[in-house]
Amino acid sequence: MSILNKIRISGICCLTVFSAAAFSVTPVQAADELNALVWCDHTDPALIQPFEEKHGVRVNLKEYEGTGTALAIVEQSQPGDWDVFVIDGVDVPRVVDAGLLAELPANELPLDDVFEQVQMRDVTMRDGKMYAIMEKFGYNVVSYNKTKVDPADMRDLNTLWSDKYKGRIAVYDYYIPLMDLVALKMGMKPSDITADVLPKMKEALFQLKENSVMVGEVVSSTTALATGEADILIGGGEWAVAVMQSENPDLDWVLPDQGGILWSQSLAVFADSKRKDLALEFVKYVMSPEGQARLATSSCFWGMPANRKAGDVLTAEQKQALRWDEQATFLKNSHRYFIPDADLDAKMLDTWTEFLQH
Amino acid sequence: MQGQSGKSRGWALLTPALLWTLLFFMMPLLIMGTYSFWERAGMKLVRSASLANYEKFFDKTYFVGSLVNSIEVTVIVTVVSVLLAYPLAWILAERVPRRWQRMALILAILPFWTSYVVRSYSWLLVLSEGGIISNFLLDVGITADPVSFANNRGATVIGFVHFFVMLLTLTIYANLVQLPPSYRKAAADLGAGPVQSFVHIILPLTLPGIMVGAFLTFVLCIGDYITPQILGGNRELLLPQTMMLQISRRSDFPMASALAMILMLVISVVYIACARWLKLDRV
Repeated sequence: MSILNKIRISGICCLTVFSAAAFSVTPVQAADELNALVWCDHTDPALIQPFEEKHGVRVNLKEYEGTGTALAIVEQSQPGDWDVFVIDGVDVPRVVDAGLLAELPANELPLDDVFEQVQMRDVTMRDGKMYAIMEKFGYNVVSYNKTKVDPADMRDLNTLWSDKYKGRIAVYDYYIPLMDLVALKMGMKPSDITADVLPKMKEALFQLKENSVMVGEVVSSTTALATGEADILIGGGEWAVAVMQSENPDLDWVLPDQGGILWSQSLAVFADSKRKDLALEFVKYVMSPEGQARLATSSCFWGMPANRKAGDVLTAEQKQALRWDEQATFLKNSHRYFIPDADLDAKMLDTWTEFLQH
Repeated sequence: MQGQSGKSRGWALLTPALLWTLLFFMMPLLIMGTYSFWERAGMKLVRSASLANYEKFFDKTYFVGSLVNSIEVTVIVTVVSVLLAYPLAWILAERVPRRWQRMALILAILPFWTSYVVRSYSWLLVLSEGGIISNFLLDVGITADPVSFANNRGATVIGFVHFFVMLLTLTIYANLVQLPPSYRKAAADLGAGPVQSFVHIILPLTLPGIMVGAFLTFVLCIGDYITPQILGGNRELLLPQTMMLQISRRSDFPMASALAMILMLVISVVYIACARWLKLDRV
């Protein structure tokens, strides 16, 4: 073989090895590791380290935003690469439909300790089998700076469509809860949203855009509130302000009289996981009162723990920030995320994109 | 014999670059092009060829609008960056003493060492209502109330220009320092003043550097997602943001691929236009 050929072959081999390494979506899993696809609140060491130490394992966390992104990561991975999945409660049915989730042993998890309205068995169970458990919830409502606005105004969604706070409003950039809130403002329930009402919703969204200073995802919208760029965040809630309240006690949130939108995130185990037992232990840990308290007060964002027994672990200040004692009323006045079918979902996203472009 | 050996040597040297281009440019482009003719139906990918995504692009005004916005923002950024970078490169090459030029260049590229995301968020803090610009205007009494410069197209342009001025400065500087001083001396001997010398000698000779930098700016700017997402406040959508909406919300890779192919087409047209107009093949 000529030197030239050797160079060519070795070059091709190097490139092939390099390409394989470069395109690997997940870390190579060692025997004592767990790979979890999570939201940012699970990346807090205060939550993960106790589990790692107890089980002598390492939890590899891949943070994502948007179920579409997570599904793209899973599609590009090898079966078995991922063990644990933190997923938007609203998206559990479609992930179950795709056959991605393993059945969870309902009798080994504290389902009865989960707030009743948050259990959402119709979402997490299929044919009597449980595929996910709700771990954290909260509200997409109205966050505000109480020194800049009249807190009483924040109880009426219509105020945000009037001229009173024009140019002082930030909008959370997630079409499902925001369009649900628009439905509430229009006197409908989120579940009343159909393709026929979308033109009217678009008009309402365009009016909201006229009043808003920005539309942003989690970090941008909360930054707008924190820096004073906006005084109100529609779609915000405890998740947007609780973590900042120690530094800025003027930030607050409220459930409007028209009601709020209940968000929820769930925990599941991948059907192809090679470490289902360890993954289940992780689920049990996160759902324990201690795990729940740590998750609820994660440094990324706060939210209500699904397990009410976490109340025994949280401090009085933490419970105050989460409005623990008002949960019964809040839950009663809240609507779950509306889950549109694929066709309506596409139309809603079209409407939202037009709103962003307006 | 020597010709044959030289040819083989040439191919050997060329092979890594060809493989690199094939693996990391042509293959992804081919995959993306193929995806763009498929469709997403619910959770499933329909692998049958159709022009549906391209038809949708022209049907939906927000898609075309986001492309127009992207082109407008990119043109503004490129022009402003060139206008700022040229004098900066000129000062670096002509006015800064040789021994200080290296230090000046390091200072010029310092912003590249910071994370792109961190830099964009820093600009957000500078331009927002509680930022230093607003506070300065309040302190000197120019405004009575806090002013915000963030969350609009202007903020996006500022964020981009801050980055691309440095890139353009480097390409133009590299061009300027290569010009022999004798050209200007000859022009002066023939009676040309500084302005004439610049317009007729320096500028034409540095056009390749400007165009290479401007084209890089155009390509990087039109495909950027981070800066408009952080600084633009979603007051309008640029094409990369529209692409991300397709992926993050609906996993609609076919539609996102179609948008990427359209963007690729725009970039190709701009390149061909630049190359023909300036005969870039001689660069």
